[in-house]
Amino acid sequence: MTAETLSAPPSTPARRPLFRRRSAIPGFGVTLGVTLTILSLIVLIPLAAVAIKAATLSPSQFVAAAFSERAWAAYRLTFGAAFVAAVINGLFGVLTTWALVRYEFPGKTVINALVDLPFALPTAVAGIALATLYAPNGWIGQFLTPLGIKAAYNPIGVTIALIFIGLPFVVRTIEPVMRDLSADVEEAAASLGAGRLATIWRIILPALGPAWLTGFALAFARGVGEYGSVIFIAGNMPYKSEIAPLLIIIQLEQFEYANAAAIAVVMLGVSFLMLLLINAIQAWSRRFV
Amino acid sequence: MTISIRSVEKKFGRYPALNHVDLEIADGELVALLGPSGSGKTTLLRTIAGLEFPDAGQVLFGAEDVTFASAAARRVGFVFQQYALFKHMTVAKNIAFGLDVRKGAEKPSKAEIAKRVDDLLKLVELDGLGSRYPSQLSGGQRQRVALSRALAVQPSVLLLDEPFGALDATVRRSLRKELRRVHDATGVTTIFVTHDQEEALELADRVAILNAGRIEQIGTPHEVHDNPVSPFVCGFVGEANRFEGTVSGGRFTSGAVSFGANGVRDGAAVGFVRPHDLVLDDGGLEVRVDRVHVQGALASVSARAADGHHIEITTSRADAPRFSGAIKVAPRMSHVYPA
Amino acid sequence: MAAQPARARHPTEDPAWVKVLVIGLVALFLGLVLILPLAAVFAEALRKGVDVALAAITTSDALAAIKLTLITAAIAVPFNAAFGLCAAWAIAKHDFPGKALLITLIDLPFSVSPVVAGLIYVLVFGLQGWFGESLIDHDIKIIFAVPGIVLATIFVTFPFIARELIPLMQEQGVSEEEAAVSMGASGLYTFWRVTAPNVRWGLLYGVLLCNARAMGEFGAVSVVSGHIRGLTNTMPLHVEILYNEYDFVAAFSVAALLCLLAVVTLVLKSVLEIVQPDVKRGGGH
Repeated sequence: MTAETLSAPPSTPARRPLFRRRSAIPGFGVTLGVTLTILSLIVLIPLAAVAIKAATLSPSQFVAAAFSERAWAAYRLTFGAAFVAAVINGLFGVLTTWALVRYEFPGKTVINALVDLPFALPTAVAGIALATLYAPNGWIGQFLTPLGIKAAYNPIGVTIALIFIGLPFVVRTIEPVMRDLSADVEEAAASLGAGRLATIWRIILPALGPAWLTGFALAFARGVGEYGSVIFIAGNMPYKSEIAPLLIIIQLEQFEYANAAAIAVVMLGVSFLMLLLINAIQAWSRRFV
Repeated sequence: MTISIRSVEKKFGRYPALNHVDLEIADGELVALLGPSGSGKTTLLRTIAGLEFPDAGQVLFGAEDVTFASAAARRVGFVFQQYALFKHMTVAKNIAFGLDVRKGAEKPSKAEIAKRVDDLLKLVELDGLGSRYPSQLSGGQRQRVALSRALAVQPSVLLLDEPFGALDATVRRSLRKELRRVHDATGVTTIFVTHDQEEALELADRVAILNAGRIEQIGTPHEVHDNPVSPFVCGFVGEANRFEGTVSGGRFTSGAVSFGANGVRDGAAVGFVRPHDLVLDDGGLEVRVDRVHVQGALASVSARAADGHHIEITTSRADAPRFSGAIKVAPRMSHVYPA
Repeated sequence: MAAQPARARHPTEDPAWVKVLVIGLVALFLGLVLILPLAAVFAEALRKGVDVALAAITTSDALAAIKLTLITAAIAVPFNAAFGLCAAWAIAKHDFPGKALLITLIDLPFSVSPVVAGLIYVLVFGLQGWFGESLIDHDIKIIFAVPGIVLATIFVTFPFIARELIPLMQEQGVSEEEAAVSMGASGLYTFWRVTAPNVRWGLLYGVLLCNARAMGEFGAVSVVSGHIRGLTNTMPLHVEILYNEYDFVAAFSVAALLCLLAVVTLVLKSVLEIVQPDVKRGGGH
């Protein structure tokens, strides 16, 4: 026996440590303490500052700042464009994932890596590139102008930027689920007489449902908050192509901090709702497992 | 090192994993903790190791109370179920780990460590494999590395959690003999957890049978097999035909089946008869033989009583031809417990 | 369904025309959304030749922006790596109530708009903020200065490494650590000798994604930076200024440099995924 062990007589139990040992692995108290401290200092307390600042406004001032007509227009654009972009990503995201998981084709490795480009490319770079492409004389814009479509400096442009930003969220959320869909379930469906379409419609798509919804929600949430890729292509015209995050910046530039905080509170509220929704979808999908 | 477990209790949330467990283990003993999954056997082993800490009760190593001492301070050797070998270290580095971590005067010299690793590799018959990585070994070899790593620190107690669980049947049997040999060679007090009764009965000096966080019985393999103290032990250790019936005037009756039950109070009861305790007897119970299955020197007979109750009989291969059609059998020995 | 092809087809395999159609659609979509913008950056940057592009990224302002971006990443990434390791050790190797809530809170910065991320630090450290006056008294500048840029970058990249490490370390379980501890290893020794080698690839993966975002962050940094040329401009902010001044070639030249960073990140990430398939879990953000 080493000297470290307690040598109390057997009849009297060893003194209980002040804090009951929970685990044989050391470092719990220190690491949890550091984690909570940093989390509070970097994330939680600064976030609380928004609510506290917004609370300095009277209710009517708050409504005037957060729900002015201009703000409503910005919310409509922000949420509307994020929704449309998420729908389009939902469709093409499933197709892309299907091709990446199920098919073999030349250049697949490159395509697979490229899907993550929006994660790796600085948003400002994406913003100026898209603005240049869709400008009336740009590579793509020149074909749209004769058709009477004005993509850049328009809500369409905002949507295009959000499609770029949101795509990997959908693909990377569905991908593991699609990969895990075992071939034998499909073979079983086929052996029971289901046609290919019926198998896709009744077996594959329902199994992808929760992951698809999660990916959709993640893409939507990211789109709502997005700033860098949007402002260059949006044109930023009040009531028309001005997004909500830009409103915060405008308020800040006028030193109206409380008004900026009021708009931020609305956006944070939507973020938290999305977070709750995503957690709920994931909890719901776990019943299959 | 003697080990005493005194009224140890441990709850996970509201689920009681150990419920007033008492256990005394003598120096140099090889003890098996046997039970179904969820019976608390692994929790008990981890409590002895210092990987879990009890809510109440005491753990003594010799005369010392180690209830809240760390695993390292207890100097236990622990063999994990999946071995927990360090994947990025060679076999030799794995075995030397417990010596390498020591500091100052306690740390052996490089040469001493190398010598100890060599000796241990020889002991478990892995000489020459010291420079391999765990991924380059078979399951049985990994298990032996885990065993020698645990022995390297010259532990006061060797603890093994389902040491053969992840191996296939042939390797398992040969490693069982190996563990017994290593135990006899080192003389270290050894406790291992298993859910395999054959393993426990073959290997251990004594077997502790756990059920729902309690020790139901502790004794030599012979004792727990021949004199089980509870229906759980009787059903869990060894094969048994189980009958539900009643006891009246020292006799157990279940449909057409009836045998003596001395000392059991009248009322509802369960009776057990081991397959090898059923012998041909003209005064016995009439059964029809469905199937005879020969296995080595023994034969298993599947039969059915008049009331449809299924009955298993084990006999010698030489006697097997006598078990056909309608036969009469009676128990040489039986166990009856009040229900 | 369309006519069956002559050759027998496995029931879970799609007909050739479906494959071609799907791959074609996907190629068209990805080409429009991903490849064209990337190509446009390089085309615009090289419009007036390589020399002009190179000159644009070696002006003193550009070099200052590159330096600030590197400094910011060099602080934010190790900080978040240390935090990630700390949080993962507490969460993955121990059991405690409230674990799920803690993971959600660590994830929180993912769902906060970068602009709001910048705003919160302005509210805390800005002139009108909680500590504004005492900061002025001590002549400490956080907002419109480098510390604010670093703080905002830490916030937006906060969950990256933790989110990579927590599931990885949960999956690896605790028995190797228990084995080490039971043989007398200290907590730190166990971490360096046993845990760290097991998570190094996952850590590298997280660092890669964290670094890409740290160097590329725009919205949050834009709010706290003040856009002082040569002093508080990071590369993405420098791109914005040049673009707004209609100096497109220069803007796209600096952007091309950032594109190269993204491409290198993607290549390294793909190589890691092929060599160490275990690293790919939680998914990047």
